Amino acid sequence: MRHLLSISDLSKDEAVLILDTAIEMARASDGPMKKLPTLRGRTIVNLFAEDSTRTRISFEAAAKRLSADVINFGAKGSSLSKGESLKDTALTLQAMGADAVIIRHGASGAPVRLADSAWMSGSVINAGDGTHEHPSQALLDAFTIRKHCTKSGGDLAGLRIGIVGDVLHSRVARSNVLLLSLLGANVTLIAPPTLLPFGVESWPVDISYDFDSVLPSLDAVMMLRVQQERMSDLFFPNAREYSRYFGLNRDRMLTMKPNSIVMHPGPMNRGLEITADVADSARSVIVEQVSNGVSVRMAILYLLLAGAPTQIGANS
Amino acid sequence: MSKSYILKGGSLPNGTKSDIAIKDGLISAIGTSLDANGSKIFDITNCVVLPGLVDLHTHLREPGREDSETVLSGSRAAVKGGFTAISAMANTSPVADTAGVVEQVFRLGQEAGLCDVFPVGAVTQGLEGEKLSEMGAMANSIARVRVFSDDGHCVSDPLVMRRALEYVKQFGGVIAQHAQEPRLTVGSQMNEGIVSAKLGLKGWPAIAEESIIARDVLIAEHVSSRLHICHVTTAGGVEIIRWAKARGIDVTAEVTPHHLLLTDDLASSYDPIYKVNPPLRTQKDVMALREALAEGIIDIVATDHAPHPAETKECEWQEASFGMLGLETALSIVMQTMVDTGLMKWEQVADRLSIAPARIGGYSDHGQEISVGKSAHLSVINPTASWRVDRDLVASRSRNTPFHGMEFPGVVTHTFFKGVKR
Repeated sequence: MRHLLSISDLSKDEAVLILDTAIEMARASDGPMKKLPTLRGRTIVNLFAEDSTRTRISFEAAAKRLSADVINFGAKGSSLSKGESLKDTALTLQAMGADAVIIRHGASGAPVRLADSAWMSGSVINAGDGTHEHPSQALLDAFTIRKHCTKSGGDLAGLRIGIVGDVLHSRVARSNVLLLSLLGANVTLIAPPTLLPFGVESWPVDISYDFDSVLPSLDAVMMLRVQQERMSDLFFPNAREYSRYFGLNRDRMLTMKPNSIVMHPGPMNRGLEITADVADSARSVIVEQVSNGVSVRMAILYLLLAGAPTQIGANS
Repeated sequence: MSKSYILKGGSLPNGTKSDIAIKDGLISAIGTSLDANGSKIFDITNCVVLPGLVDLHTHLREPGREDSETVLSGSRAAVKGGFTAISAMANTSPVADTAGVVEQVFRLGQEAGLCDVFPVGAVTQGLEGEKLSEMGAMANSIARVRVFSDDGHCVSDPLVMRRALEYVKQFGGVIAQHAQEPRLTVGSQMNEGIVSAKLGLKGWPAIAEESIIARDVLIAEHVSSRLHICHVTTAGGVEIIRWAKARGIDVTAEVTPHHLLLTDDLASSYDPIYKVNPPLRTQKDVMALREALAEGIIDIVATDHAPHPAETKECEWQEASFGMLGLETALSIVMQTMVDTGLMKWEQVADRLSIAPARIGGYSDHGQEISVGKSAHLSVINPTASWRVDRDLVASRSRNTPFHGMEFPGVVTHTFFKGVKR
């Protein structure tokens, strides 16, 4: 494939290939030579029109471990903050000979626009667009779940996974719903009705408003960040009521199955959607998600740019 | 204006084959084997002659955004699409909320001279929805404004809407409402449904339109005034209007060509060429709108022609402007969606695109049955020909047509305004 824009562009085989490749990448990174020469001479631009720490650094680390040249292009102090259009930014990157652009953007669909336009010819990787998708996050989440909850690798058939909180505004949730169900998992969205999208019934998921009744059956529970601005927008009465019904605290965690895991894409609001004792508990794989992110992003860059044996996304 | 023409070999809207003679701006004779007598003859074999089309909803952007469209370029686009009268919406800069601005637009239309340009007056000052504009002064100006609209904005305050509906009764005016409950559409980008949920674009629920329609038909009934609903897009809106008409409420409604053809799944490309207010809806809505137009529950087709410069469409969806071109493609889309599907005959097309809009707007010289002695505002369409839309060949100053590359039936071959081919 040329781009990674949406999980819906991936077949199941392609998704598994990315996860398998990520295992190889993790193994290589653990070896004495952290750096692979695979993308030497290739130019990768990190175009982050929206603030981000972990995703930008994760992609940068992944690209550098593959020996690519990385150019960071952030919102602040760049032409983006001077109101330059996406089109002009793309034309500039094209003129500089970017082989791939990793884009984080506040507008849903901005990566699709970049990829479908004639503005630039390089690969486009969606690093989170508005409230649309965040495919690399979903892939690292699936990688983490596979590592902890399956014995043999392969897919995620039969696993029960809960995604809790602000699904409406979450690009992480959209990508995870698509990917986890593609890989055979049973996904349950748990949220107040105000934070579920209109038309969610058409998604391949179960819906619950009752966290306590679902939690004991889950193999993995993924807590979503609740953004401050939702408070003033009538989605729920206040932070305390939200935490009471949809926050993951110690008492709730005690009802979870043995070996089940707690996930969060970060950044966390400790005390709101997740309490500190849960975030720091043995069930929490939140820090590990970050390190897995580098391996998964290495796999994505490798498969997109290195002329890999199987072309992922070729059927899309 | 002493030109005389004979249109030979065409059909009237009712299907009767008949020649039409035009002299001194009027239809001078209708019949077979009319005597040429020095007239220029147009062979319009296979063509249908319609009364000149009338658009009740056009954005001409002048004054203020002459980079997008001018009264002259919009008039050219109108003529190309078969229109002999268009209605310049009030959301210009400055807003058409005084007699001065509507007279300016009216004069620009006269100077262009290609079709009649009837200014629409703003309901409220600055389109702000708070204080009534000087509707009386606009009605009594040389522009003789009868249609008032804050289009682009909803007159959302029910008291303001009530007063406006009452006030325009004194000069036989009508309030054309852009039905969009503002609190239900804060930041909205596209129809709220399965597609918006998948794309992560903020939803624009059908109820935001329907709740205003429901409220306003009740107000119109209470104050016995005349209400027009702009660009109806939902099956639910149709049902409310059906109910209101059955109850005897004086309400009329329009549908745009794009809402008769396009659906919200086009947003999947994130190409803002499909971004429009009100948004494209679902196939179910499209089918309901077509049926309602055929039935006359929706009275007219109006283009909502909305030119925008390239940079406001070559960008991210959420940054882009709302709106699409409509004048040059309207009749072909109506033919494809309504005539070729068997829902309407040309006689109904003449009604929905000329007679009824002229009646609603009070444009008494337009929308006449084709008969001797009437002003010769005529559109000739060849339904046996087809054409491909090319955004680089539009008469409009802007290129934002979502129909680029699409092939449509029906070629507008001639437009006669005041008896002269334009």
